[in-house]
Amino acid sequence: MDASETILNVKDLRVRFRTLDGVVEAVKGINIHVNAGETVAVVGESGSGKSQTMMAAMSLLASNGEATGVVDYRGRNLLTLSKPELNKVRGRKISMIFQEPMTSLDPLYSIGNQLIEPIRRHRGLSAAQAREEALKLLRLVHIPDPERRMKSYPHEMSGGQRQRVMIAMALANDPDILIADEPTTALDVTIQAQILMLLAELQRKLGMAIVFITHDLGIVRRFADRVYVMRYGEVVEEGEAEAIFVNPQHAYTKMLLAAEPTGTKAPPPPNAPVLLEGRNVEVNFKIGGGFLAGEPLVLRAVDHISIRLQRNQTIGIVGESGSGKSTLGRALLRLLPSDGLIRFGDRDISSADRQTMRPLRRELQLVFQDPFGSLSPRMTVGQVITEGLLVHEPTLSGKQRDLRAVEALREVGLDPNARNRYPHEFSGGQRQRIAIARAMILKPKVVVLDEPTSALDRSVQKQIVELLRKLQADHELSYLFISHDLAVVRAMADYIIVMKQGKIVEEGPTEAIFSNPQATYTQTLMAAAIDVTRFRLSA
Amino acid sequence: MLRYVFRRLLTAIPTLFVIVTMAFFLIRVAPGGPFNQERGLSPEIKANLEAQFGLNDPLWLQYVHYLGNLLRGNFGPSYNMPDFTVTELFAKGLPISIQIGASALILALLLGSLLGTIAALNQNKLADYSVIALAAAGSTIPTFVIAPVIQLLFGLTWKLLPIGGWGDGALLNKVGPVLTLALPQIAIVARLMRGSMIESLRSHHIRTARALGLSDWSVVVKHALRGAILPIVSFTGPAAAALLTGSIIVETIFAVPGIGRYFVEAALNRDYTLVMGTVVVIALFTIVFNLIVDIMYAFVDPRVRYD
Repeated sequence: MDASETILNVKDLRVRFRTLDGVVEAVKGINIHVNAGETVAVVGESGSGKSQTMMAAMSLLASNGEATGVVDYRGRNLLTLSKPELNKVRGRKISMIFQEPMTSLDPLYSIGNQLIEPIRRHRGLSAAQAREEALKLLRLVHIPDPERRMKSYPHEMSGGQRQRVMIAMALANDPDILIADEPTTALDVTIQAQILMLLAELQRKLGMAIVFITHDLGIVRRFADRVYVMRYGEVVEEGEAEAIFVNPQHAYTKMLLAAEPTGTKAPPPPNAPVLLEGRNVEVNFKIGGGFLAGEPLVLRAVDHISIRLQRNQTIGIVGESGSGKSTLGRALLRLLPSDGLIRFGDRDISSADRQTMRPLRRELQLVFQDPFGSLSPRMTVGQVITEGLLVHEPTLSGKQRDLRAVEALREVGLDPNARNRYPHEFSGGQRQRIAIARAMILKPKVVVLDEPTSALDRSVQKQIVELLRKLQADHELSYLFISHDLAVVRAMADYIIVMKQGKIVEEGPTEAIFSNPQATYTQTLMAAAIDVTRFRLSA
Repeated sequence: MLRYVFRRLLTAIPTLFVIVTMAFFLIRVAPGGPFNQERGLSPEIKANLEAQFGLNDPLWLQYVHYLGNLLRGNFGPSYNMPDFTVTELFAKGLPISIQIGASALILALLLGSLLGTIAALNQNKLADYSVIALAAAGSTIPTFVIAPVIQLLFGLTWKLLPIGGWGDGALLNKVGPVLTLALPQIAIVARLMRGSMIESLRSHHIRTARALGLSDWSVVVKHALRGAILPIVSFTGPAAAALLTGSIIVETIFAVPGIGRYFVEAALNRDYTLVMGTVVVIALFTIVFNLIVDIMYAFVDPRVRYD
C-alpha cells in the first residue's frame, strides 16, 4: 500500500440540523483528507463540529441532520451511496469506536454474539468460523480469558474492557480506516493509557489509518501525524502535528495550547487553624439483603481515612472512579452516614443530625461536577443562587437578597443581569460559575469541589481554576478539591491525598508527590497522565 | 431463580390475606345485606335464611369461618343464585372470560407493537401521525360506544357476525367481544411501543450497530426492538390480570356468560361470598401475572438477576 495514497477525502462538507430554533449549521464546508496508514487528529472543543464531521461521513447523523458535499472513499462518494452499498463500507472498510464505552454495546446480547454478527455479515463465514475469529479478536485486544468472556454481557465488564471489545468489533473485518471518537474520554487515566497503547499496537500490526477525534492535546501530541484544528464548524488550522505544537499559526490553536492550567498554590502557615477534620472515617454501603434474601453485601467505600483541612488550604483528593473520593467528601460534610470522628472547627459533628447540621451548612458548601444537572431548570439564576439565603438569612428582604445575588454574580465574573434568566441559556462554564456563586453567596468557610472542572473544555477549565483560586485568596477559603485530573489538581492544591479502593495510598505536599511519588499506584497514575512522547502511533 | 420464585410466592400469602381481610370488612360496611330485596321477605323467612348462612353470628366469627373455608378451597354458596356455589359459577364463567381476554391481549400485543414500531421508524411522518391519531381515538372512545357500533355494522348492516350471545363458543360469536376489548389495549400498546422504540433507536448501541454496517432488519428487529419491548412486558402483567378476569361492559352488551359481570352485580346485591370470590380471583391473577412478567423480564434483559 502506498503510504501517501489518499483513501478518504472530505470535500466541502456541510452538516445542518433542523431544530426548533431554525437551521443550525454545525459543519461549514470543511476539507479533510486521510492517507493510508496515517494517524490524523481532529481537535476541537465541544460544539466545534469535530464529531459531526465523522458522523456525517458514516451517515450516522441524527434524523434531523443533513450533510452535503463529498466524502470520497476510494473513488466513491459515501454521502450518495445506497444503504446496502453503504453498509458494505461501514464496519468493513471504515469502522468507528465511540466515546461512551458503557452504552455503546447492546446490553441484551453477549459479547460473543455481538462480535460474531458483523464478522458473519461482512465475510459470510459460518457460525463456527466466525466464533474462532471472534476469539482471535478478543485475544488481539488482550481480553483475559476470552473463551469465558464470549458468554459475558456488557454490564459484567468494566469500561476499559468494553472499549476493548468495541475496538475488537471495529477491527473485526480488517478496515482501512478506524475512526475513534473521543475513545478514552470517559475512562480513568490509567485505563486511557492502556487503550491508547493498544490502539498504537494494533495500528503497527494491522496498518489501518486512524482518525482521532479528541479535545485532548496530550493524545494529539503523542499519536498524530497530522492535525486539523476545528472551531465553530470550520477548520482553522491544519498541518503536521510537530509543526502545530512548535509553531501554531492561528490564535485559537495558540489559546488551546496555552489552556493547560498552570501555577501552584503555596501551603497555608503551619499554625493556621484546622477547620475540618476527619479521624478514621469509614463509610459502608449495604447491597441487597432483605426478606429471605440473606445477609446484605457490605461494601467499604471509605476505609479509615484521616484528614485535616486548615484555613486557606486546598487538599486535592485524587483517585480513579470507585476510589471513594466523592464519598469521602460527602461523608465529611455529613451528607452520608459514616463512622469515625468528624470535627468542624471545635465542634464534634460525627453524629450531628439534619437539624443540628442545618445552621452549619452555610459554612460547609458543595459544588458538583455536572453543571447541567445540578441547577434546577425551572428556577431563574437569581432564584437558584439566593435559595440558600432564604434558609440561612431569613430576615433579608427581597431587595437585599437581590443585591447579594448581584454581588455574587459579579464575584464569579458573570453579568448581574444573568439572574433573571434560566440555566439552560448558559454554557457549561457559565453554569459552573452559577453553581459557584450559589455556594459563595452564603460566605462559606469550607467548600467541597467535586470534580468541578471535569465536564468542561480545557480553555474553560483554566478560567474556572483561576476563578476558584481568586475566590480562595479573597476569602481565605478552604477547599477539598476532588478530581481525577492531575494537571488541574497540581494547579489547585497544596496538599494531595491519593485514594484507591477507599484507602489512602499516599499523601503529602503537592510538589513532593509530583516530583517524587512513592507508591506504585501513584507512579502509575503520573505516568499515565503526564505528557510524554514515548509512544507514537506510526513511526 | 427458583429461590426467587419461591420467595415471591411466599410473600403473596400475606398480600392475599390483607386483601381478603380488607374486602371482607369493607363490603360489610355497606348498608343492607344479601336478603334485603325490594319486595322484602317476611322477617321470619329472612331470619331463617340468615341463620342458615351464619349471617347472625358476630362479624369476627363469620370472618374466621370464611377464612377457614377459603383455606380449604371452599368459596361458599352464592346468596343470590342459591343453586350454585361460587366455585361452580367461576368454573363456568372463568374459561369464557379467559378465552376472550387472552385473545384480546394477544391481538393487542401483536398489533399494538407492530403499529408502534411502524410509527417510531417513521417518526413525524404520515404513518406516525396516523398511528398517533388512531391510538388517541382507540383510547378515548369508550367500549360502550365501540361495542354497539360493532353490533350495528357487523351484526345488523352487514350481517357478518351474530349480534350477541355465546353460541357455545362459536368463533364468530367471539369476534365482537374480542375486538371491543382489544381496541383500547391496542392503542395503549402502540403508544408505549412508539415511545420506547424511539428511545431505543436513539441509543448508543444502535449507533454502534449502524456503524458496523449491520442490515436495517438486524438493527431494528434484533437490537432496537428487543430493548424496546421491556416496557410492553411490564404493561402485560396488570393488563393480563384485568383482561382475563372479564369485562362487565363487553360481557353485558354482547351477552357473554363470563365472570366480568359478577363483580358489579354481586356488589350491588351484597352477595358477599361472590364478591369475595371475585376479589380473590382478581388478586390471584394480578399476583401470578406480575410474577410471570418479572420472570420474563429476566429472560429478555440479562442485567436483571434475581438472587
